[in-house]
Amino acid sequence: MSMKAMTAAELAEIVINQKDLFILDVRNEDAFKDWQIEGKNVEILNIPYFDLLEGVESVLPRIPADKPVIVVCAKEGSSKFVAEQLVEAANRDVYYLEGGMKTWSEHVEPVKIGDLYDGGELYQFVRIGKGCLSYMVVSGGEAIVIDPMRLTNVYTDFLKQKNAVLKYAVDTHLHADHISGGRILAEKTGAAYYIPEDDAAEVTFSYKPLNNNDVLQAGKTEVAVQALYSPGHTIGSTSLIVDNRYLLTGDILFIDSIGRPDLAGKAEDWVGDLRESLYVTYQALNDDLLVLPAHFSKKEEMDDRGRVMEKLRVLYKENAGLQVEDEEIFRKMVTENLPLQPNAYEEIRQTNMGRVQPEPEEQTEMEIGPNRCAVS
Amino acid sequence: MNVTKTVDAKGLACPMPVVKAKKAMDELQAGDVLEIISTDKGAKADLPAWTKSSGHELVEQTEAGNEYTFWIKKG
Repeated sequence: MSMKAMTAAELAEIVINQKDLFILDVRNEDAFKDWQIEGKNVEILNIPYFDLLEGVESVLPRIPADKPVIVVCAKEGSSKFVAEQLVEAANRDVYYLEGGMKTWSEHVEPVKIGDLYDGGELYQFVRIGKGCLSYMVVSGGEAIVIDPMRLTNVYTDFLKQKNAVLKYAVDTHLHADHISGGRILAEKTGAAYYIPEDDAAEVTFSYKPLNNNDVLQAGKTEVAVQALYSPGHTIGSTSLIVDNRYLLTGDILFIDSIGRPDLAGKAEDWVGDLRESLYVTYQALNDDLLVLPAHFSKKEEMDDRGRVMEKLRVLYKENAGLQVEDEEIFRKMVTENLPLQPNAYEEIRQTNMGRVQPEPEEQTEMEIGPNRCAVS
Repeated sequence: MNVTKTVDAKGLACPMPVVKAKKAMDELQAGDVLEIISTDKGAKADLPAWTKSSGHELVEQTEAGNEYTFWIKKG
């Protein structure tokens, strides 16, 4: 019987494939309440490590015998401290999460969404710990990445694996919950970096404006990425229609909720835009389109292959944010009683504009916690 | 404030600042004040949370650069 390390990749595999797991989260109660690991068959218990300094005997009756057990904490130290004692006391193998929640927050897993015409492919990159989603279109040896995250190795490794050259890195909007990897990827690979012009007013580096009806193409095939101006979460927010089959909604429309208009401090100004995008612009689209958002917040939004997607038609029936006939009620819903803002959201916006350059360690700290880009 | 004992936990990572604080606290009398200095960011939330759950009282907490100092009265 021994203590074993589990990597974030191994944990992601368990969560995505909906395997059984028992998690003992030993962070303090506030940190746990704020943000935790979720999975369909994941059972989780929070007991701070400092309540276990006298021994772990009190936890033993609460640990199921038939599931693997992992102890997690913020960085790793306390989980090892508790896991070691659990091995002794329970006489069983116990895992700890290597790098803790910090590493979990940064882990990104590519999941295939589907094939495109002429042999192209669309992938969703799931940053499972934070609920961020980014995308890659690969076709004929060329690729387009959409809303890439700061940890760009996952994309460059994937490009290598697919033997593809990155042509475009696109941000659907100026992000407030995570640091964009768009500019870095563009610099690394020679790709062009696109961001909607209206979101780039204070951006300090060079970019290409992403305009309504722009078409970006990968490979020599018919795979086209068409821009659709859909403001509301930010003034520039632009959706992308891939291959006439997929609607990449950025932070305007999620599976279970809708985007919040307040993260740049302009909720009242942007409510009307948000409503127009959701109730007019999207309404006019083919409702067979598969919606692929830039975030998810609940494990239920993930299907049994780890994909977060749903038909637009289904969302118009089931997403509570799309059922509000009354404009005044809608306005209240998206401006009042909103959840807390994402951690360090203003600093993150400044970083994404190139106005500040925090150290990597600082960037990790800034991104800790859930994305909180939805109204609920 | 009369500090009864000081624990220097600088440079130590989680869980050591709280482990050290607990050890020191076990040797104090009710009403005594423990001063503890840590450079671990995690301690900022964890020491107050531990103080509460173990029935002590956090008298004061300061932050200077990356150094966090706590004064905890034994309950």
